Amino acid sequence: MSVETDPSTVSTEGKASGRGDRLHPEPRHEPLVFERSGPGKIGYSLPPLDVPEALAIPPALVRGEIEGETEISEVEVARHFTRLSRLNFSIDEALYPLGSCTMKHNPRTNEEMARLPGFAASHPLAPEEVSQGTLELAWRLEQMLIELTGLSRVTLQPAAGAQGELAGILMVRAALAKEGNPRKTVLIPDSAHGTNPASAHFAGYKVKELKSNARGTLDLHVLEEAMTEDVAALMLTVPNTLGIFEDRILEIARIVHAKGGYLYCDGANFNSFVGVAKPGAMGIDVMHMNLHKTFSTPHGGGGPGSGPVAVVPRLVPFLPRPTIERRADGGFFLDFDRPESIGRLRTFLGNYGMFVRALSYIAAYGNRIGEVARGAVLNANYIRAGLTGVYHLKYDAPSMHEVVFSDKKQAEKGVHNGDIGKRLMDYGFHPPTISFPLIVHGALMIEPTETEGKPGLDAFIAAMRAIAREVEEDPRIVLDAPHTTPVKRVDEVGAARNLILRWSPGGRPDTPDPVR
Amino acid sequence: MKFLPTSDADRASMLAAIGVSSVDDLFASIPASVRIAPDLPPPMSEIEIRRLFGGMSSRNAHARDSAFFLGAGVYNHYVSAIADQMLYRAEWLTSYTPYQPEVSQGTLQSIFEFQTHMCLLTGMDVANASLYEGASALVEALLMADRLVRNRRKAVLSLGIHPEYRETVTTYFQNLGLDVVEVPLGSDGRTDGAALSAAVDETTFAVAVQSPNFRGVIEDWKVGTEAAHAKGAMAVAVIAEAASLALLAPPGEAGADIACGEAQSLGVPMHNGGPLLGFLACRTAHQRQIPGRLVGQTSDAEGRRAFCLTLSTREQHIRREKATSNICTNQGLMALASNIHMSLLGRKGLREVALQSHAKAEYLKAAIAKVPGYRLPDSAPTFNEFVVEGPGPAAPLLSRLARGGILGGVALSRWSPKDERAFVIAVTEMNTRAEMDRLAAALAGSEGAAGPDESDRRLS
Repeated sequence: MSVETDPSTVSTEGKASGRGDRLHPEPRHEPLVFERSGPGKIGYSLPPLDVPEALAIPPALVRGEIEGETEISEVEVARHFTRLSRLNFSIDEALYPLGSCTMKHNPRTNEEMARLPGFAASHPLAPEEVSQGTLELAWRLEQMLIELTGLSRVTLQPAAGAQGELAGILMVRAALAKEGNPRKTVLIPDSAHGTNPASAHFAGYKVKELKSNARGTLDLHVLEEAMTEDVAALMLTVPNTLGIFEDRILEIARIVHAKGGYLYCDGANFNSFVGVAKPGAMGIDVMHMNLHKTFSTPHGGGGPGSGPVAVVPRLVPFLPRPTIERRADGGFFLDFDRPESIGRLRTFLGNYGMFVRALSYIAAYGNRIGEVARGAVLNANYIRAGLTGVYHLKYDAPSMHEVVFSDKKQAEKGVHNGDIGKRLMDYGFHPPTISFPLIVHGALMIEPTETEGKPGLDAFIAAMRAIAREVEEDPRIVLDAPHTTPVKRVDEVGAARNLILRWSPGGRPDTPDPVR
Repeated sequence: MKFLPTSDADRASMLAAIGVSSVDDLFASIPASVRIAPDLPPPMSEIEIRRLFGGMSSRNAHARDSAFFLGAGVYNHYVSAIADQMLYRAEWLTSYTPYQPEVSQGTLQSIFEFQTHMCLLTGMDVANASLYEGASALVEALLMADRLVRNRRKAVLSLGIHPEYRETVTTYFQNLGLDVVEVPLGSDGRTDGAALSAAVDETTFAVAVQSPNFRGVIEDWKVGTEAAHAKGAMAVAVIAEAASLALLAPPGEAGADIACGEAQSLGVPMHNGGPLLGFLACRTAHQRQIPGRLVGQTSDAEGRRAFCLTLSTREQHIRREKATSNICTNQGLMALASNIHMSLLGRKGLREVALQSHAKAEYLKAAIAKVPGYRLPDSAPTFNEFVVEGPGPAAPLLSRLARGGILGGVALSRWSPKDERAFVIAVTEMNTRAEMDRLAAALAGSEGAAGPDESDRRLS
């Protein structure tokens, strides 16, 4: 490759970056923590035992040494995890346009609040009179989510969106069963997240997939035909995974309700209309939200999430147990006496630490929270305008918070969406979501979120355009990408074929530890 | 708004590039009748947020201002400062699921290390990248057993399993055509082995036993594994207090097919009950049925060691309604904290934490056994948690203690009204002898009223 196109020689955001301007080179290989271990090293200190030694356990039930466990000092642990961290891309570095995941800035106030000792060091089973603060916070968050959704009550218990989906459909099932017939089927558009059909299945329903129309939205004729009295619910993502708002949402709700079904909203994309429009007014009966998307709780390399579910009045009796209630005197308590509840989806109240962060986030925006959605939609449309014509846009209905292009033009040169994503890494960006939704072949699903400014968006557009040019002029550079990352393209097929899922004692590093 | 980086001039030029005159135009596809602004208070500054949240925080008793003996599924163990401070690094905090391995090797390698730690501790062959928490981990373990042992519909669960885990199983099973049979504990606090074996038959796909059980009593894993294997069912070992794994015989040695539960004790703060850290480990033979994310070792295009997510064909984004599970996220950041913690404590420290917790619990058991009116109903050995029966209802007693700065245990009446006088006490390496003496003295006082005490760390 020429000097001009060699990403390792340029380092400004939006031009291919090799990160070569840093004081120290990026670590390229870090041994496993077990490979840093050595007898006699120690990484902790405990006070001396202040009671008599005791081992009141039959020897047969006591284990021997934990073979293979580490012996390592704190400084080595600090270095190990710092070096490992530098192999990760993060939001704080640059645009992370992973569609459907809402990778927005994570305010650090929220981290500080979650670590206050009355939250982080509190216990879910402490007596109620010494837990009024934790209960009040959860109650306040519920009130905020009620106001934002326009629905009646909210359970905070589900640990993540997928568990929220299950909770929501279980409530629908319980309500229908009480009326005498839980029904058999849940309708799900072909553009839906894969968790929707999986959740419906685990709630005991058959799934009927609805084909989207040429605009990428739900076809009302298809819905009308499928919506029988055997259908418990329609699970609809709003806006859908193409980033398109179902502009006939009111008619959709009418069709579903006319047959006695429930309208479930997958609220993974709530970021695009939070504070602007209310799901409750749309005829939505039940909706989960992802606190780690719309409400900025950190994604943490894959979790923890949190998936509260809001419901209309007729589903309230079926909410998971317990609910958080406020007495006339202002005191808060947990109500376990809910005979029609679907039960529990997990232990305790839910991912409480995420409640603290989400409430802190909502408080910071207050009545201006609609600016979140307005910013997110503006940014996605700006990217759309900047890339239209360069990448193929299968559905041209108006975009909300994300836009789904495809690799159709580039595939003619043998370059696919995955390759384009890998090449983006060389330009200093995380790839978009690749190959989802399934109804767009070769999908590139781009969600910039509201926390990206115009310079970052311009840089991203420039990078995407540059890659499109490379595909025309020198496709090999894209096909072989990434060139500048800590590891080169990873053999994922080999990983699945020859499964190595752990290190084993006595194992040796199978690649030499370079330099350091 | 400080989280929004778009200037007015930038907005204007972006709107021009898009070809609309206002941001509102971009929302035209949402019916006007549903465009309703929320009625919320004005934005709060960081100073005001700190004030509001600080106030709510101060209205809770917690482990740093109380003599703390709460457990029952969430434990107050030592966490090194570095295990939390490392989580502040943006590369850990603000990254997501490592779908793109070339820019996610840090997260991937850390998960691979976490998987290894969990295998070493449980004695199992393979562990996943973590699950939500203990109860849903048990659900996933049972559903995995159901996939492995086809055409059977009954799961046999010991009543020693955490009541909220059992309730969660009931919730998940209600529409799947799967039944649960619960087997009682014997008078010594252990699962009744004869009753367990009698409950297992040719329709049983899984037998699950928890150790230490919900009363803190140590079970012999073999009671569960032998009952299960006699009828061709999967033996599921449940662990809610994972600190015990460093001292007690691990489920893998006893022939368990699946080990699952809660690893919060291994480096995760209590967080008022969440986020926690579910885990699931199994045998190599069954690894392709394991639910949740998995990281595997592989190599990059230049032949260097690298890691990536693997076996994703089990997952719902590909298999949809035929997926092994509907779970999507893991508990990435908590698994990282736990990896750091386990690495720091390692071979010696994990054992010392377990030994200290056990020895201190034995000290407190002996002290409480001497208090008139109090008895320890379970005669079988315990690890670091044990049930106490007092002279009167436990819940009001524990409330009185709490007002005096002692979080003295968890009343069993929450789950079992007939156990009105019983409560479960947890002891860890964090407790001092002075605190334990104070608890015993408070119980010995007038029906447990906490008397004034020089060392009292009262709530403000």
